[in-house]
Amino acid sequence: MCGIAGLIHRGTTGDVGSEMTSMLQALKHRGPDSTGFALYGVPRGSELVMRFKVAEQEEMRHGFDIHQQVRERKAEVDRRIEARGGTIVKEEPATDYAFHYRLQFTEGSMGQFEEFKRFADYLEDVEGAEILSMGTALQLVKDLGDAGRVSEQYGLPGFKGTHAIGHTRMATESDVDIRSAHPYWAYPFNDVAVVHNGQLTNYWGSRRALERRGQRFMSNCDSELIAVYLADRIEQGDELEDAMRRSIGDLDGVFTYLVATGDHLGMAKDTMAAKPMVLYESDDFVGVASEEVAIRSIFKNEIDTWDPYEGEVMVWHN
Amino acid sequence: MAQLKDDSAHKSYEMGLHTEQLTGRSQQRFFSAEESDNFTYPQAFVVDFDKTAEIDAAELEGPAVNLRIRELMGEGYGHIVVKNPLAKHSLGVGILNRLKLDFEGSLGYFGCGLVDGPNIRISGRVGWSCAENMMAGTIVIEKNAGSTFGAAIRGGDLICKGDVGSRTGIDQKGGTIIVGGRTGAFSGFMMQRGRMIILGDAGINLGDSMYDGTIYVGGKIAGLGVDAVPGEINDVEAAWLEKKLATFGLEAPSGVKNLQKIVSGKQLWNYDNLEPAEKKIVL
Repeated sequence: MCGIAGLIHRGTTGDVGSEMTSMLQALKHRGPDSTGFALYGVPRGSELVMRFKVAEQEEMRHGFDIHQQVRERKAEVDRRIEARGGTIVKEEPATDYAFHYRLQFTEGSMGQFEEFKRFADYLEDVEGAEILSMGTALQLVKDLGDAGRVSEQYGLPGFKGTHAIGHTRMATESDVDIRSAHPYWAYPFNDVAVVHNGQLTNYWGSRRALERRGQRFMSNCDSELIAVYLADRIEQGDELEDAMRRSIGDLDGVFTYLVATGDHLGMAKDTMAAKPMVLYESDDFVGVASEEVAIRSIFKNEIDTWDPYEGEVMVWHN
Repeated sequence: MAQLKDDSAHKSYEMGLHTEQLTGRSQQRFFSAEESDNFTYPQAFVVDFDKTAEIDAAELEGPAVNLRIRELMGEGYGHIVVKNPLAKHSLGVGILNRLKLDFEGSLGYFGCGLVDGPNIRISGRVGWSCAENMMAGTIVIEKNAGSTFGAAIRGGDLICKGDVGSRTGIDQKGGTIIVGGRTGAFSGFMMQRGRMIILGDAGINLGDSMYDGTIYVGGKIAGLGVDAVPGEINDVEAAWLEKKLATFGLEAPSGVKNLQKIVSGKQLWNYDNLEPAEKKIVL
């Protein structure tokens, strides 16, 4: 059992950091192991926002000489950014092992998909380095602990943006660590992130098929398959909604997942409708969550909500 | 050990709703419907329906709300209004008493489960598994409901005037479920007794593996499940349907005679007596 939540402001922005924190805190009982946020801010021109980590939280507690290793790994990441023609416009504090950069590249150098992928691969080649997210709008934060703790740790309240998805995790298929926490960035696609509640029963077969096609997996968590699957379909030319519809047939098991791009929020539910999802939709706001109590955490007044049906795919634009 | 009774003179037989007593060790009935109507619990509170109390649930946890309901019943209040339930889980559960209970707002998961006797009205929506294992009374939801609505209910009337999710009435063992709108996939899955009336559309695998009971559908059926087959509505049933729907201010979209009736084909009944190869032939 995990909890997932999503929200999108239509035609406006809001304090999505506080709103998503509130929704995920209301779902805390569905999963105490880790919490993750994918927040979509307002893009600053061509600047790229990158969040990455160079160690696990567990390593920081027990690793021998880990602080020196973290410094060395970070310095190597910085060097590789510079080598690819990038400039670190701003480095904002996150944690001892996770970092938040705003990057600027010389015009045109990061416009192509191949360039973007090569850059991501180059950075992740540094020992212990994993890019949590990279894009013009997406900021992905995930760590161990409940929503309140993670949100405070990373300074998320007050984050202005258009939309967000989030996840509270009860680990059932893999370890309690950051790399198994959601959301998953649909590497290497700019601004695509996924959260999932359920179990995928064709995980290993599908993973091997995608790996043979050159896709990379960073964890053994079945939920990562959805992000990689969608990335693969988009790479093959599918529109997001088409890829999601195709996933209903291709993914086996029980699942409800949310996906967000730079300007869209989407939801998909398996044909058994075995995992919950409650939806609230108005002219200026859409909220979805595993339980209505999450939506109620930001709407105290009476609202109309309903359950999307089996096999349903819905996509909203901001 | 109670003995199996001859139910041939039972009211439901006159209505054509049960044609056969299920067999097997687990199918003994210890109470008839008539007996259970008069059954009250020794610890039941004596309440006055003209005595009304309010609870503001905004700042209370679910168990505290339920405890307060019980305290008020103990003080003789027969009408309790709960304001600001805010979709909290497991509200109004385990009430084994006559009581008029109004929720002004929406409930979360497992609302009003395990109740035996109260008349409950919910002005908003309910989440998953509303009225699970309900024994008797009425529950009326004015808006929508989540999945597994009325799971394993034994008796009473459970009404949702809006749409409901999937697996409505899963493992239903009695009573009546009425849905004003549509219902999702696998509704009536493993239904064993009772009646379900869906005035809108029904999703795939309707009545899958149902043992007994009856499902009526006013809209389109996306697909029937294994061993669910069409039946014919007789005049006694039609009169009952008309009356039941009118009780809750509802009516069939094209008249009760045009509802589609779904019953068990009873090909899965004798599974204990069949060899695996024989089962394949049956299916």
